[in-house]
Amino acid sequence: MMLLFYLAAAIALISTVAVILQSNVVHALLYLILSLLAVAVIFYTFGAPFAAMLEAIVYAGAIMVLFLFVIMMLNLGKKSVEQERSWLTGKIWIGPVIMAAALLVQLLNVVRQQQAEVAVSQVGVREVGMALFGPYVLAVEIASILLLAGLVGAYHLAKK
Amino acid sequence: MQAIPFEQGLMLAAALFALGLIGVLTRRNVVFVLMCLEIMLNACGLAFVVSSARWQHADGQIMFLMILTLAAAEVAVGLGLIIQMFRKFQTVDINVLTQMRG
Repeated sequence: MMLLFYLAAAIALISTVAVILQSNVVHALLYLILSLLAVAVIFYTFGAPFAAMLEAIVYAGAIMVLFLFVIMMLNLGKKSVEQERSWLTGKIWIGPVIMAAALLVQLLNVVRQQQAEVAVSQVGVREVGMALFGPYVLAVEIASILLLAGLVGAYHLAKK
Repeated sequence: MQAIPFEQGLMLAAALFALGLIGVLTRRNVVFVLMCLEIMLNACGLAFVVSSARWQHADGQIMFLMILTLAAAEVAVGLGLIIQMFRKFQTVDINVLTQMRG
C-alpha cells in the first residue's frame, strides 16, 4: 500500500507539472487525465474505493471528455501552440511560483503538526451510501438542482 | 499491510493545490485556466477523502461527492462561456476580456 501510494503520488505530481508546462492543449488534457487517474489510485490506497471509482468515471471520464469536445469545437490548431509558447516566457513564472511556494510552505508547516496513522480498514460503498441517503439526503437534492442549473446554463450559454 | 501516514496525504493535496494555483496565475489561455481550476478542486477533494480515512467516517467522502458535483456544473458553464467568448473575439486569450462592455 505504501509503495502504491508513493508511486501514484509521484505520477500525480509529475503529470500535474506537465499540465501547467505544456503548450499543446490536447497534450495537457491527456496529462491531466493521467493525474486524475493517479489521484483515483491514491483514494483507493486510503481505503475509499467508492471515491476512487467516481474519480475515474466522473472526473477522468465525463468532465475530461467535455473538455475534449470543446477543444475540438474551438479547433485551435498549430497557431495556438506557437502563441502559447510566446506567452509562456521565463519571467512570467517568477511571481506566481514565489507566491505559491510561500503558500505551500505555510500549508506544509500546518499539516506537519497533524501526525497520525491512518487505519487500513476502508470506508466502503455501504457506509457512504447509508450516510448519503440518510442524514445527507437534502444535500443530494440540492446537488441535483445544482446539476440541473448547470445543464440549463450551459445549454443557454453555448447556444448560437 | 502498512498504513499510510495521514499528513503525507494532506501534503500531496497541498502540493497539487499549489501547482494548480501557479497554473491559474501564469496561463493566459482560458482553457488552461479552467483546467488548473479543476486541479485545485481535485486537490480539495483529495484532502477531504484523506480526512475521511483518518477519522474512519463517511462524511469526507460525501463532501468529495459534493465537490465532484460542483466541478461538473462549473465546467459545463465555464466551457459554455469559453465557446461564447471564442465566437465573439475569435481568441482564447483572457486579456481581451479586460474591455468587456456588454
